Amino acid sequence: MSHSRPTLAVYKFSSCDGCQLSILNLEDELLALAEAVDIAYFLEATRAVKEGPYDLAIVEGSITTQHEIERIKEIRQSAKKLIALGTCATSGGIQALRNFADADRYADVVYEHPEYLHYLKTATPVAEHVHVDLELWGCPVNKAQVLDVISSLLNNRQPNLPPYSVCLECKRRNTVCVLVDQAIPCLGPVTQAGCNAICPSMGRGCYGCFGPAREVNTNSLTTILKKMERQPGETARLFRGISGYSPIFQDAADAILEGNKVAK
Amino acid sequence: MPTERIPEIGSTVTIQKPAFNSILSRLKEDGYLPIGPRLKDEALVYAPIDKIEDLPQGVSTVQKPGYYRLTRGKHMRYFDIIPGAHSWKQFLFPSRAELFKLQKNGREWERLPEKEEPVNYAFIGVRACELAAIQIQDNIFMRSDFTDPIYQAHRKRVFIVSVNCTHPSETCFCTSMGTGPRVKDSYDLDLTELDDVFVLTIGSELGKRLMTGIPFEDASGYIRTNVEHKLEHAEQQMRRKLDTTDLPELILNHLDHPYWNEIGKRCLSCANCTQVCPTCFCWDTVDEISLDGQTTGRARVWDSCFNPGYSYQAGGNTRPTIYSRYRQWMSHKLGTWKQQYGTLGCVGCGRCITWCPAEIDITEEVAALRNEVER
Repeated sequence: MSHSRPTLAVYKFSSCDGCQLSILNLEDELLALAEAVDIAYFLEATRAVKEGPYDLAIVEGSITTQHEIERIKEIRQSAKKLIALGTCATSGGIQALRNFADADRYADVVYEHPEYLHYLKTATPVAEHVHVDLELWGCPVNKAQVLDVISSLLNNRQPNLPPYSVCLECKRRNTVCVLVDQAIPCLGPVTQAGCNAICPSMGRGCYGCFGPAREVNTNSLTTILKKMERQPGETARLFRGISGYSPIFQDAADAILEGNKVAK
Repeated sequence: MPTERIPEIGSTVTIQKPAFNSILSRLKEDGYLPIGPRLKDEALVYAPIDKIEDLPQGVSTVQKPGYYRLTRGKHMRYFDIIPGAHSWKQFLFPSRAELFKLQKNGREWERLPEKEEPVNYAFIGVRACELAAIQIQDNIFMRSDFTDPIYQAHRKRVFIVSVNCTHPSETCFCTSMGTGPRVKDSYDLDLTELDDVFVLTIGSELGKRLMTGIPFEDASGYIRTNVEHKLEHAEQQMRRKLDTTDLPELILNHLDHPYWNEIGKRCLSCANCTQVCPTCFCWDTVDEISLDGQTTGRARVWDSCFNPGYSYQAGGNTRPTIYSRYRQWMSHKLGTWKQQYGTLGCVGCGRCITWCPAEIDITEEVAALRNEVER
């Protein structure tokens, strides 16, 4: 059996490791996972490394250095299938805030010796550099979704990746709408489900880490959220958060910021 | 004076409010799980209750399109707060129900035995509009040609304590839909709350049996008049109206009207209206297969016609725009529902109005469409 097991490689790029940890947090299913696939490269889990090529590469993190551009191309060449894991890998993550600012100025403010740094002006998703077979969003990803995708590959079926918004998950688990009930700004109506509405169920608004759902109406949500802003500019900042570099949320934030300019 | 008699079916009696605890205890002794109004996350939800003290005493709501707030301290009644964030459908048509689990046995698939036993629910505080909604879902899930076993298993066990609405909210319009605020039938016990007592009408043999040994008095003429006045007042209070004249035709004859696009600009397609609606019944199935491929399960989960994946089929999505999905919802609810099930699919509970983040009001949209069409 072990000969026919597909090989799995897990890589990290610019990221916090949280999505890889979500795989390790699969505790109850980890042994079954190690039986179902041959974990050939996963430095966060084991030093033991088997040589590629690999059947499946899972890539966490965004591309933020020249070296990373070269490395992701090598990884793509050595992998039959490649999954971008987590919002850094799917839309640049929080470090993509630099895409809307001057990265050199950030570096100057944060580091005493920015001249030692090697970085690109932008943090970009994996799919901007190589072909990605499947994107799994989330900051962090939902570990159950990771498992479902691996299971779907092994069993040759379609993974359960919802195209609808977080609202449907809130309602299925009986969470009361925080937006209507407590005027808490929430991106749930335009954000892809898959997290099981974890933030609204804890009394917080969704901050859009699963990225835009399919065929959403960000214009209407902007109108709603602007009326309930607790600080000026809150809605634009919400769209320009974790998934802010995804084209739909980018457009939504730009529309607000441009509207503000016109208003002034 | 309290009597030792048992009230007859159809009779109306009063009980002291603390005696309601005896009704709850009796229900539990009889194997029921009482579910009633409770507060959670600053809203009214339906959840298990043990005693009358669990109910939200002295609480009301302010409800407007896209707006829901609790208010406290204006009265001391238990059942004055009108239905909240969710409906009873979560118990009869659960948001997730396991349909089956299979295990591979050599080359065969073996069905694993089901673990879940149906629960005997006692619904405490079902409003007239909600009772009408349950009857609509009965029509859907318990048709003569096909009966949904999950729904039926829960439904046939339910004990219903209905409640007459004496203080409807601003988003209510049950009088337009002919469903409330007065409960007419299909209950085991029907309750109207006055400041000092509960007025109960016995609706069934089960209700009668439950009242055995519980101290009651016959409702006096004064009490009955008082209840009548309160219900008449509630009807007059209901400002929101939905004009149902020519209703299926108004919508079905104008499916190409540009007004739908106007609604589509505001609609988020988030599905909230369909999920809080006590009659919406769309569902999807999801398969979950173990890593080793040896076990698989299928579950039924709530779905919505606002989900862009809902009408996706070979060739693409047949309702690819937000306005086409809103039109589908409204034209089903207030149009084709009638052809399908003989009634409209709306009971006037107002949840879709209150819980729409975009403040879309079905009564105003129908009125606006009517105006546009007649212009």
